[in-house]
Amino acid sequence: MALLEVKGVSKHFGGVSALSRVSLCVEEREIVGLIGPNGAGKTSFFNCLTGLLKVDEGKILLGRDQRVLSGMSSDRILEAGIARTFQNLRIFRNMTLLENVAIGFHARTRSGLWDAFVRSPRARKEEKMIFDQSRELLRFMGLESFGNEIAANLPYGHQKRLEIARALASSPRLLCLDEPVAGMNPSEKEALAGVIRKIREKNIAVLLIEHDMKVVMPLSDRLVVLDEGEVIAEGRPQDIKNNPRVIQAYLGEG
Amino acid sequence: MERISLKKSNLFKVATVFLPLALIPLFDHNPYHLDLFTTVGIYALLAMGLNVVVGFAGLLNLGYAAFFAIGAYTYALLSLHWHCPFWLGLPIAGLVSMFFGFLIGMPSIRVRGDYLAITTLGFGEIVRIAFNNLDAWTGGPNGLLGIARPKLWVPSFEGGLHFETWSFSVNPAPYGYLVLGLVAGTACLLLRLSDSKFGRALVAIREDELAASCMGIPTLKVKLYAFGVSSFIAGIAGCVFAAKQTIITPDSFDFVLSVLILAMVVLGGLGNLWGAVLGAAVLGTLPELLREFADYRMLVFGLIMILMMIFRPQGILGGQLIQRELDVRHKESADGAS
Ligand SMILES: Nc1ncnc2c1ncn2[C@@H]1O[C@H](COP(=O)(O)OP(=O)(O)OP(=O)(O)O)[C@@H](O)[C@H]1O
Ligand SMILES: [Mg+2]
Repeated sequence: MALLEVKGVSKHFGGVSALSRVSLCVEEREIVGLIGPNGAGKTSFFNCLTGLLKVDEGKILLGRDQRVLSGMSSDRILEAGIARTFQNLRIFRNMTLLENVAIGFHARTRSGLWDAFVRSPRARKEEKMIFDQSRELLRFMGLESFGNEIAANLPYGHQKRLEIARALASSPRLLCLDEPVAGMNPSEKEALAGVIRKIREKNIAVLLIEHDMKVVMPLSDRLVVLDEGEVIAEGRPQDIKNNPRVIQAYLGEG
Repeated sequence: MERISLKKSNLFKVATVFLPLALIPLFDHNPYHLDLFTTVGIYALLAMGLNVVVGFAGLLNLGYAAFFAIGAYTYALLSLHWHCPFWLGLPIAGLVSMFFGFLIGMPSIRVRGDYLAITTLGFGEIVRIAFNNLDAWTGGPNGLLGIARPKLWVPSFEGGLHFETWSFSVNPAPYGYLVLGLVAGTACLLLRLSDSKFGRALVAIREDELAASCMGIPTLKVKLYAFGVSSFIAGIAGCVFAAKQTIITPDSFDFVLSVLILAMVVLGGLGNLWGAVLGAAVLGTLPELLREFADYRMLVFGLIMILMMIFRPQGILGGQLIQRELDVRHKESADGAS
């Protein structure tokens, strides 16, 4: 049974139909590339998936117990196991890297307001765990030496990695990355592709929006192609490459 | 790493700031000075409480005096009708005020910040007008008088161990110590709060509410927590105020007070607990220092605030964090989720 199952999701903005009856699934430990020309609805799909947009129709189910995510708030969806990054980078710019990552632990830790006031043993234990593991995650993303730096002072490539570290902090089952290598140089892209493979080894499935075919083709187990809000093709990367509808969609764009 | 070791010394920091202040009543027996000391302490409680909402959570509350009033009237009524002792009235006043905080916060925190400012502004006026007009309960414009002062139970060994009650009197020194203790305790708890996962969550919400919610922070709940804590502190301060004055009238809790406390927070430094205390000390004592220029008092006051906003918008002790956030807010425009 699939980890994520999306059944006929539609979303309209006034007259514009950003998504129409999109269905797709992501298996455990799978890397699925979501591609399509500009304005195809990829980001809108992520927004529906993570509760930022309410879907007009359709269902989103997660996990073996088929939990219905459509209609849940963003914070509950994160708790359920879907974490994301943003196309336009939304890190907490004035917080340190460690604090950014620590935010990802909020939903995973149980201590409440009262624990904070009395600084209970539970709160202390969790705080230590949060910062130990945040440091570990920064190391995983190659940012260990910047833990106490203010996020805004870092170069763009580092900030994109930080956003992934923050998402990983929630220990998701599915990680949704919206154009993670955009704006990076070729060697940075190569390194990040390696990181994404390592993320999969942590038993996390990845749903990846990416325009750079040199990155997304070798990385993905499967590709889903969106065009004007519709899934026009789905399959292994080598098959998608030669699919006439896909070629048409990309050529028609120019 | 450093942060964790800093956390341990919150108590130490609070003690180093407030213990020297505890010596003042030992050297200065001038009741007028001691009364001012107590008043500034109550202002400090209020400024720290308002700072939780305005500074930590970034929400504007323009009717904070209402929560102070609710605390004061709660204790006054409890004391007059049920002879409720001060020490029991103190937490009750805080809780009642907190209840109203949730009542006002729940519907208005959902919408954007400006609405909260308007709702709280309206709430502040409604509460004052209600106290003014509910004559049967609140004595209307004449207020309530004969509110009991705090009592202590002092052990005595004459003729076997027993406890004697000792009541606060017109002597302002015990009130000074009471308020100082409450200020120090509140400061300690709020420092802990801002160092906790909730403190970080509040910063994250200020920085980017949408991203915070996608990172698992229940933003409404966390903001409501802040609102509740803030109104609780105001309720406590109100209870102390009522027990000190023994008479309260609705006009002690007008809009000007709400603005004054907000000015203390802004002057001292948004989001900085010590700034709130400093702001309360400066704006609390300033009117007394300017007594001779009573006619120009508000003018001087306004001038100081304007100069502050021009030359140091983050406040006297405003942290770098707030300064950077203020800078960003100027530049920020689009806020779409992409
Ligand atoms: N909040 C919104 N309100 C109105 N229209 C929107 C909104 N968000 C997206 N759209 C529209 O929906 C369509 C899909 O946009 P979306 O951002 O999902 O595309 P995308 O595939 O992510 O494109 P890109 O590759 O450029 O990031 C576009 O026509 C866009 O203008
Ligand atoms: Mg997009």
